[in-house]
Amino acid sequence: MSISGTTERPVAGGRLRFGDGWAGYGFLAPWLVGFFLLTLGPAIASFYLSLTDYSGLGAANWVGAENYVRIATDDPRFWTAMNVTFTFVLLSVPLKLIFALAVAVALNRGLAGLSFFRAIFYLPSLVGGSVAVAVLWRQVFAGDGLLNQALNALFGFEGPSWISNPSTSLYTLILLAVWQFGSSMIIFLAGLRQIPQDMYEAASIDGAGKARQFFRITLPLLTPVIFFNAVILTIDAFKAFTSAFVISDGTGGPIDSTLFYTLYLYQEAFTNFRFGYASALAWVLVLIIAFFTAMSFLTARFWVHYDD
Amino acid sequence: MTTLALNRIKKSFGNLDIIRGVDLAIGSGEFVVFVGPSGCGKSTLLRMIAGLEPISGGELSIGGERMNERAASERGIAMVFQSYALYPHMSVYKNMSFGLETAKMPKPEIDKRVRKAADILQITHLLERKPKQLSGGQRQRVAIGRAIVRDPKIFLFDEPLSNLDAELRVQTRVEIAKLHRDIGATMIYVTHDQVEAMTLADRIVVLRAGVIEQHGTPLEIYNRPANRFVAGFIGSPKMNFLDVVASDVRDGGVAIDIAGKRARLPIEGHVAEGAKLSLGLRPEHIGTEGTGGLELGALTVVHVEHLGGQTIVYGRLVDGQSLTVALDGQRAISAGSTLAVRIAAENCHLFDEAGDRIGH
Ligand SMILES: Nc1ncnc2c1ncn2[C@@H]1O[C@H](COP(=O)(O)OP(=O)(O)OP(=O)(O)O)[C@@H](O)[C@H]1O
Ligand SMILES: [Mg+2]
Repeated sequence: MSISGTTERPVAGGRLRFGDGWAGYGFLAPWLVGFFLLTLGPAIASFYLSLTDYSGLGAANWVGAENYVRIATDDPRFWTAMNVTFTFVLLSVPLKLIFALAVAVALNRGLAGLSFFRAIFYLPSLVGGSVAVAVLWRQVFAGDGLLNQALNALFGFEGPSWISNPSTSLYTLILLAVWQFGSSMIIFLAGLRQIPQDMYEAASIDGAGKARQFFRITLPLLTPVIFFNAVILTIDAFKAFTSAFVISDGTGGPIDSTLFYTLYLYQEAFTNFRFGYASALAWVLVLIIAFFTAMSFLTARFWVHYDD
Repeated sequence: MTTLALNRIKKSFGNLDIIRGVDLAIGSGEFVVFVGPSGCGKSTLLRMIAGLEPISGGELSIGGERMNERAASERGIAMVFQSYALYPHMSVYKNMSFGLETAKMPKPEIDKRVRKAADILQITHLLERKPKQLSGGQRQRVAIGRAIVRDPKIFLFDEPLSNLDAELRVQTRVEIAKLHRDIGATMIYVTHDQVEAMTLADRIVVLRAGVIEQHGTPLEIYNRPANRFVAGFIGSPKMNFLDVVASDVRDGGVAIDIAGKRARLPIEGHVAEGAKLSLGLRPEHIGTEGTGGLELGALTVVHVEHLGGQTIVYGRLVDGQSLTVALDGQRAISAGSTLAVRIAAENCHLFDEAGDRIGH
């Protein structure tokens, strides 16, 4: 009695709140189970493994930071993979952004059949990440592939095998990535729609032509969307795997020219059975992505315009 | 001197005719207000003048030059948008200087103009702020400032006050009037607020469904509305219209029967015997005292609004037609009572069946 006397809240209210809480956790359960079992658990496990010499079978012997030291000091293929991955990220992300934005702007000009073209341009993003398209890509850029047949037919030009030539193979993969500009384009389109029409009318009274309107109005007002797309694309590009795996048959060849970071990690784990080392590689990638994302957010306030 | 001339101006969207032949000449320094009900084409007409909307037919000339095909920036106009349309990512200063920079004006000249405009509008302390850091009234001033720095021949305003609260509206209205006096530029102002129209305009242009119903000074429009539409549109509370029948038409006059009494009113032109007419009476012209004029009979009061300075009485006449009366001052009148009401003959407006004015 004295306890309920000290609280102003009716007992029934407390009971209701208690029941609600459990119901809430009940509804959250699928997500919570998924998060702990499939995300957090493996993450912690992989961090532990990165400090061992685990081979996938047998015991995991504690080796401390040895894996990390080797990555930093004694692994030329790590640096090759870094080189390939950074080239891929630094070329594919800006190209994809520019391409997606250019197509979005063109589509936004009130072209007839907008929804048709929007679907057409989005299609590669739906199928582009798939194994089937990577296989198709290999057919297109192979020595006797479609591209060379076309070049031959049109110009009588004997093209090299683009994918088995180490100096061009990575660029076919970049091209494949850029080709999947659709989802960024859709987001850009939505962003362009957000810019009020009267902004352009005011600018045209101010004498700004189409180009000046684009650079002084559209681009600045689109910076939040550009920023969002850039971060998402960068993270995606660091994690790129499927296309390189399929096109190089899992080797990262020719001569490691398409050895994406994730592909190297995969080889270490599942070809060389160095799970401990692969786990360390995974954590290094996490740190790299975290670093780039953090940098993006830190620099954002200098160039991203937020309206509120 | 005519600054702006509209000659049979037309606009259609697809096969929808929105502006259907507008003729208007606007003199230099004149303050012209476009009024009309929503959707009548005020904004469209203004945007055609601005160069934001292509002209489907007719000719638009500014300063004697044909402007139909000229870009908005070459027409010597500046526009203040209803939404203000400030560039959200630019400071107030940049918002005002953007157009001048685009025109490649030398920096010192730009600075001079921006600061002068800011001074006129008292927004100098806001120059470094972004639009989102401003109140609605301050944004409004920036939008006007952006127009001023262009030093335009013609200012175009599209309902510039509609996003402001009542008090700020009145204040800004006064400032716009002052600005017009000070800089003496031609101004075209769109509104559907008739108080703004009456107080700001040198000349009011009343539009309906894409045609000009009447244009003239505010008092001309108020005193001699050209038709029932204009009569009902200008004035608040709205003009009363009573159905009457013309009889005994002779000597430039007509007899009408109202509340069992016969009265004669002068008319211009001709009406047929027995024609159905509309008698227009402004609520503020109807009174309860005195003798003479038109006796309207007993008004059964249905509802009373006490505004302090005015008492608005809504009621029914003996024949059932409703009538609104605006009486000066505070009156002890309550619903259910009756009042004898009358109006001076010179305050009566007569309209024929088509709605055109036939009165004196
Ligand atoms: N781009 C357009 N396409 C088709 N119809 C339009 C277009 N712009 C305006 N209209 C139509 O033209 C008519 C006039 O529009 P306008 O905006 O000029 O009206 P308004 O008098 O300014 O009304 P309001 O007082 O509500 O602002 C409206 O019926 C509107 O639906
Ligand atoms: Mg309008």
